[in-house]
Amino acid sequence: MVVFSTNLIYSAVALLFTLLGVAGLYVFLWADFIAVTQILIYVGGILVIIIFGIMLTHRITSVRLSHSSMQQGTGGAIVLVIFVGLTSMIFRAPWYRVAAVEPEETVRQIGRLLMIDYLLPFEVASVLLLAALMGAALLSRKVD
Amino acid sequence: MVDLNSYLIIGAVLFSLGLFGVITRRNGVAVLMGVELILNAANVNFVAFSRFGGMDLSGHVFSLFVIILAAAEAAVALAIILNIFNNMGTINIDEADQLRQ
Amino acid sequence: MVNYGIAILLLPLIAFVVQIFVGKRLPRNGDWVSVGAVALTLCMSLAMFGVMLVKYDPEFSVDGTWTWFDLGALEVQMGILIDNVTIVMLLVVSLVSTLVHVYSTTYMEGDVRYSRYFAFLSLFTFSMNGIVLANNLLGIYIFWELVGISSYLLIGHWFEKDSASDAAKKAFLVNRVGDIGMFIGIMLFFTATGSFLFRDVFAGVESGLLSTEILTVAGLCLFAGAIGKSAQFPLHVWLPDAMEGPTPVSALIHAATMVAAGVYLSFRLFPIFTPTALTIIAYIGGFTAIFAAIIAVTQNDIKKVLAYSTVSQLGYMILAVGVGAYTYGLFHLVTHAAFKAGLFLCSGSVIHAMHHAYHELHDHESDPQDMRNMGGMRDKMKTTYLTMLICTVALSGVPFTSGFLSKDAILAGTLSFTQHHPEHFLLVLFGFGAAFLTAFYMFRLIFMTFYGEPVRREVYDNIHESPSAMTAPLVALATLSFFLFFTLPYFNPFSDHGWFTVLIDSRDSVVPGHLNLTAHEIAEGMHHAHTPAMLLSILIAFSGIGLAVLMYLQKRISADDIAAKLALPYKLSLNKFFVDETYQRYLIDPSLALARMIAFFDWEIYDKYIVNGFGKVTEKFSRLVGIRWDYDILDQQIVDGVGRSTSFFGAGLRLIQTGKVQNYLVWVLTGVIMIYVFQAI
Repeated sequence: MVVFSTNLIYSAVALLFTLLGVAGLYVFLWADFIAVTQILIYVGGILVIIIFGIMLTHRITSVRLSHSSMQQGTGGAIVLVIFVGLTSMIFRAPWYRVAAVEPEETVRQIGRLLMIDYLLPFEVASVLLLAALMGAALLSRKVD
Repeated sequence: MVDLNSYLIIGAVLFSLGLFGVITRRNGVAVLMGVELILNAANVNFVAFSRFGGMDLSGHVFSLFVIILAAAEAAVALAIILNIFNNMGTINIDEADQLRQ
Repeated sequence: MVNYGIAILLLPLIAFVVQIFVGKRLPRNGDWVSVGAVALTLCMSLAMFGVMLVKYDPEFSVDGTWTWFDLGALEVQMGILIDNVTIVMLLVVSLVSTLVHVYSTTYMEGDVRYSRYFAFLSLFTFSMNGIVLANNLLGIYIFWELVGISSYLLIGHWFEKDSASDAAKKAFLVNRVGDIGMFIGIMLFFTATGSFLFRDVFAGVESGLLSTEILTVAGLCLFAGAIGKSAQFPLHVWLPDAMEGPTPVSALIHAATMVAAGVYLSFRLFPIFTPTALTIIAYIGGFTAIFAAIIAVTQNDIKKVLAYSTVSQLGYMILAVGVGAYTYGLFHLVTHAAFKAGLFLCSGSVIHAMHHAYHELHDHESDPQDMRNMGGMRDKMKTTYLTMLICTVALSGVPFTSGFLSKDAILAGTLSFTQHHPEHFLLVLFGFGAAFLTAFYMFRLIFMTFYGEPVRREVYDNIHESPSAMTAPLVALATLSFFLFFTLPYFNPFSDHGWFTVLIDSRDSVVPGHLNLTAHEIAEGMHHAHTPAMLLSILIAFSGIGLAVLMYLQKRISADDIAAKLALPYKLSLNKFFVDETYQRYLIDPSLALARMIAFFDWEIYDKYIVNGFGKVTEKFSRLVGIRWDYDILDQQIVDGVGRSTSFFGAGLRLIQTGKVQNYLVWVLTGVIMIYVFQAI
């Protein structure tokens, strides 16, 4: 629905459901923290932004976005090839599996990891966010 | 029993769909949505590997970072799209073809 | 010493190069370049001569050899040998050359090719010096040829005249015939001894590397070169014709130096001649002497008389070599150089005066060289007359002259030889007979030219003595004709004992097997024969002069009567024994006929094939070019095709540039897939 719908709002809503679905998957994968983070940020933040974008850039006179797709044939073919490739790879590859124990909660451990092992990426990410913030603000100011 | 493969297939499906959207959609925002799908697919893969790989939480951490980045990127992307809209009155990225000679 | 030799050698060469290239632009056409160069060589030769006299060593010899080129298996060396003989020869050459150069400045005045003339004179001097200085057979051969070329160039100086250019060709070709023999001889010796150097060849002969028969043949082959160059019978025919050249040239080349080269060569090579070879050489020399003398008796052209006289005297020198008195042959060469050159230059002076006289009278028909047009000149050309008289006296062998000493020595040698080998009595007859005739025809010349009534009064009135540039050399040469210069430090006019005979010593023959007499034995024999020879030669000389006086001065005996009585000999003599005509009929004409035949074959048949063939090939070729038409079209296709495809692909590829990111993304993905695919494979 996300990609096939001609109506953008429909696509957005479909995206919402997709994201929720992924969050559910996370729960199944014992990644509780990630699931919550997903909902919070993706749904709550990014999706909102997208909808804002849709709203802001929509024609007042509700223009049906003309068949909003191009080069479907080629694109479809390529994607199909890639998909087939990926799946065949997935089934063929001898994945190394290790038995795992369901943890009580992951938050604590993730926190510890962030602060100890992955401190640098953490800090860089914050700098990146800052930069993105500034950039977005800069880009969207009114040109006087 | 739910196997690693299944999760990976789900990831692959999401990825392919997202890719299709990126390639095909004419609307800039729609392209952005496709990108989000791709990122999610990656996240699923990470977490799945983390789960089936001894519950090594570095997969989670990485997935967290991906989310952070997605957020940042979405913000900037929308700013760009708004600009395009302001300049050209449309977000039909077909018409943003000034890269052509 | 060697350096001096090289300097003497190269100075005239430099003069030649300068003269040839820039001579015409120099003031006075650059004659001072040549004269200066050759005068400088004269000074150097005099210096060397002085050193030689001071040293007074008969064994003096300096040698300088270097490798010319080395081909591994063959190593050829060049070098210079300076001993007493070389020094004397150098002196002779440079002296006569200088005098001729000075003389020519007046004689050739106003000539069309003045600077070229001097250039070639210098070239000749260079070549002649080369012959004298060389210490190996190859070097001599090279300069031998050079001298031949110079002679050719100089004889043909007035090449507008057919007779002159023909004479030049004749000289060169006849020389060439002799040179072929010489080259064969050189190669024979080289093959046997492995070297060209004299000393190596002598050593080789001495150690018996050549059998007597081969040695004889090889020696005679080398002597063939001398026959050609020194105008011995039967290769003498070029010398009279060479008188077509300017008289100074005749004096320098055909009296004093080039023709002497053959004698010089024989002198150097004396030690390797076998008795057989020497006998043959003696006969050739003796026969030439008398043969030429007979012809000279009836000639009317003043230069022709002198030419045949030269041939005859050269015969004497060769005769001397043949009988073993070879150093005296060289002696005669030196003395002869002085007075013969003097005679030629004097005759040149006379001819010059006659020429002017005819010019004044606008007479271009009469021959200024014909003695029958002359007469009574002695009052008008005193210096010329006196100097010519002195030289003639020397040539005739009258005592107190140098010529007497040298000729007398040769005759003594001949007499001694015949005493030991009575079967060769002809040689004595040849020798003394020629002496008689020489005296006779020379004085005939004198009387016809300078005495008696002038044939044409007007001509006589216009005769003047020649300018000093011409008469000075005459005086110098006449002076040298006296005995004194050669007998120092002794003053006996009847003995040839002097610096010359001491310093230029006879060497023993190196022919193995004691076949030849040693130098000592030869000298002994000569000593005994000396007095009879001397008396006999004085007697003969005076009788010859006496006959000439009777016939031409006092006109008591009529020349025409005798000519009528001795019709056959007279005709033979006047026509040079028809030698030239014989050659023409039996050698030259058949060769020309053969050449014509071959030419016809070549032109008519061979050329037709080639020409036609070429035509056909060209035709085929042009058809191939016609294929070019196709090719052109093909080319069009190709060229066009390339162009077309390029633009096609260009246009096609341009479509990729859509400017749309999504398109680009598709391409990227395509690439990724392809990488995957290739990875899998």
